[in-house]
Amino acid sequence: MTDLSAGSPSVAEIRDDYAAQVQRKRVYGGILLILFVSLMAAGFRTADARNAGSFTDGWHRILDYPTEVLSEAWEKVALLPAHLVHFMPALIETLNIAAASTLIGAVVGTFLSLLATRGMAPWPALIPLFRRISDICRAVPEIVIALVLIFVLGGGPVPAMIAIAIHTAGALGKLFSEVNENASLKPVEGLHSVGASWAQRMYLGVIPQVGPNYVSYALLRFEINIRASAILGFVGAGGIGYELRNSMSWGQGKYDEAAAIFILLFVTIVLVDQLSGVLRNRLTHGAAK
Amino acid sequence: MSTFATNLPIEALKSEADKLFVRKRIMNFGLPLLVLLYLAYVFFAFDVAGLYEKASWKNGKTLVADSYSYKTHVTRDNRNGEVSVAIEGERKGEYPEGTSPDWVEMGQTTVIDLENGHVVTFGLKSIEYDVPGYGLIRTTPDRRKGVQAELPAGDVPDWINVSKNRLAVTTDAGRLTVTRNRSEVFRYFNGWELFWFTLDSPYYGKGPGELMGLAFAGEAGAIWTEFWTNKMWRHQDVAWAIFETILMAFLGTLGAGIVALPLAFIAARNFNPLGSVRFGVRRVFDFVRGVDALIWTVVLSRAFGPGPLTGALAILVTDTGTFGKIFSEALENVDKKQIEGVQSTGANAPQRYRFGVIPQITPVLISQLLYFLESNTRSATIIGAITGGGIGLLLTQAIITQKDWEEVAYYIVLIILMVMFMDWFSGWLRRKLISGDVKTPRKRKVDSKAKPFVLP
Repeated sequence: MTDLSAGSPSVAEIRDDYAAQVQRKRVYGGILLILFVSLMAAGFRTADARNAGSFTDGWHRILDYPTEVLSEAWEKVALLPAHLVHFMPALIETLNIAAASTLIGAVVGTFLSLLATRGMAPWPALIPLFRRISDICRAVPEIVIALVLIFVLGGGPVPAMIAIAIHTAGALGKLFSEVNENASLKPVEGLHSVGASWAQRMYLGVIPQVGPNYVSYALLRFEINIRASAILGFVGAGGIGYELRNSMSWGQGKYDEAAAIFILLFVTIVLVDQLSGVLRNRLTHGAAK
Repeated sequence: MSTFATNLPIEALKSEADKLFVRKRIMNFGLPLLVLLYLAYVFFAFDVAGLYEKASWKNGKTLVADSYSYKTHVTRDNRNGEVSVAIEGERKGEYPEGTSPDWVEMGQTTVIDLENGHVVTFGLKSIEYDVPGYGLIRTTPDRRKGVQAELPAGDVPDWINVSKNRLAVTTDAGRLTVTRNRSEVFRYFNGWELFWFTLDSPYYGKGPGELMGLAFAGEAGAIWTEFWTNKMWRHQDVAWAIFETILMAFLGTLGAGIVALPLAFIAARNFNPLGSVRFGVRRVFDFVRGVDALIWTVVLSRAFGPGPLTGALAILVTDTGTFGKIFSEALENVDKKQIEGVQSTGANAPQRYRFGVIPQITPVLISQLLYFLESNTRSATIIGAITGGGIGLLLTQAIITQKDWEEVAYYIVLIILMVMFMDWFSGWLRRKLISGDVKTPRKRKVDSKAKPFVLP
């Protein structure tokens, strides 16, 4: 910065200073850009070298598999409606996993967030503990818990549900506690003054304030959890992902089934995406719009 | 919200208020009830009760016990009488010829001290296990006659499993199994054995102080190599796997950002007047987002085979859709005045974009990229488990063997630390980059705008 108090510098001086500053900024920007590009390039080359097939050999084959699947599905297009009906129960299971885990996660996340928000926590000393708990729950990828639980509980929807619920509880716990921090504490104090218990204070004083935001975040989570439960099915936790892996490992001859599952999964994800988008918009911006 | 008409008689007001209360009560109790009903339905749909029976608690117990303890096998080949000692019974953990832990006395007869009075003796012909408070268990394994177990008189307790061909004794001190060809003793210890150095390493069994001394004496490189190439825990491979996972997330997220930015300009109403093109690009975004990372992973791994590149590309494709949507929404919200201001100085189109638009969307851009970098680290773990790359692959491999639970525990700890580190790092970078050029009040606004898209 030029020191203005020390006599007025000439216009030329200011211009030189400014030019030097711009120059410096450009150099920094350029260095950052070069660094970034070289990082990307080096990273790409490393990934390419450690991959089974290289990018240059494979990129023209990207469409081979979809074409194969689609052409076979097209030949047997008459069977498609039957397949769609056949895989409906698996899809419903996937949706159930997502919905149940979202609900359980939201309930647990609510408690975690209330216990971790200053002013609402019944044991303020334990706030950091509950924060760390939700951090750890959030950091565990679902697949880790799911795989371990599959070993103990056997394959099926329950391991997936528990795994997703744990992650959801952590993720929502963090988001909810951010919402809680913006909530007014006056109703809580009012309820306290008339002798309400902690549960009553939270249920009557806090939840009505934060409810719409909670629901909006939970809906977003539901969207994510559908994808997650499809993926977990792929590693043996039931639902449509499991069917997808089965029909894929059969290979040719079952591609019509794979195509039917692709369609079901795609349509479901897009539908839930749109629906929850509309609902969330309404919750955050109000119905009248 | 219903409003009360003030000119109503008191009775009508009361009844209206009552009605409102009833409605509220239904909402307050009905909603939780509905959730409860749904969960009850799920309980039966998933057959949770049946699962309780089906679950293998034994598996769970070994899993938990194995994740923090290890066992040392003392094995005698009954055909030739050779005795070997190996940690976890693996070749990699075998004690070199002629050495043994101090609780195993090798010689003509091998005496294994399991502590608390439990002693197993591998004799020339027979195997004896002295269980305090029970008596001496003796077997004389023979190719033809079986294990020939001799137990103390009385009923066989349930911790001894005996048949013609097999004897298994499980006590708190350890476990002995004898078959025709093999006798084996397990002794359990807490901890992750051989985590630092394997038995064949010269540094095995040295304390941290001693190692520090050796390191200062010029052996630091050798110590590091011994640790780095530990055959049991494969620290080098694990480090590479973690690096691969982070690399997948990095390439995928930033690649998606680079691809999505120009497309977002095409999809934004105020930058592209052609409605049909806009519509097309938006549907492409919706499509790649809707197909989902799982299917992209499957399709791409057919073309590129397993590995980090496939994972990175799967993340790249999926997130291009998400970023395209977010960026185009951010672009539609930019302030026109800045662009006009730049235009008034005679700037051409690229200059207008560079100085009028980009600075406005940079905070949204960066904060979204960093949010996704963190969440994609987790996705990369999952995608790695499907395609076979990174720490996800190591984890699934370790789980499939169903015995290396200490390695599973190690990987889980590493994954959690990795994700937490990325969380912290992206948060730190975000604060650094955004508060660097934007003052605090603006930052709050950016945050609230960014939040609805957070994929935590």
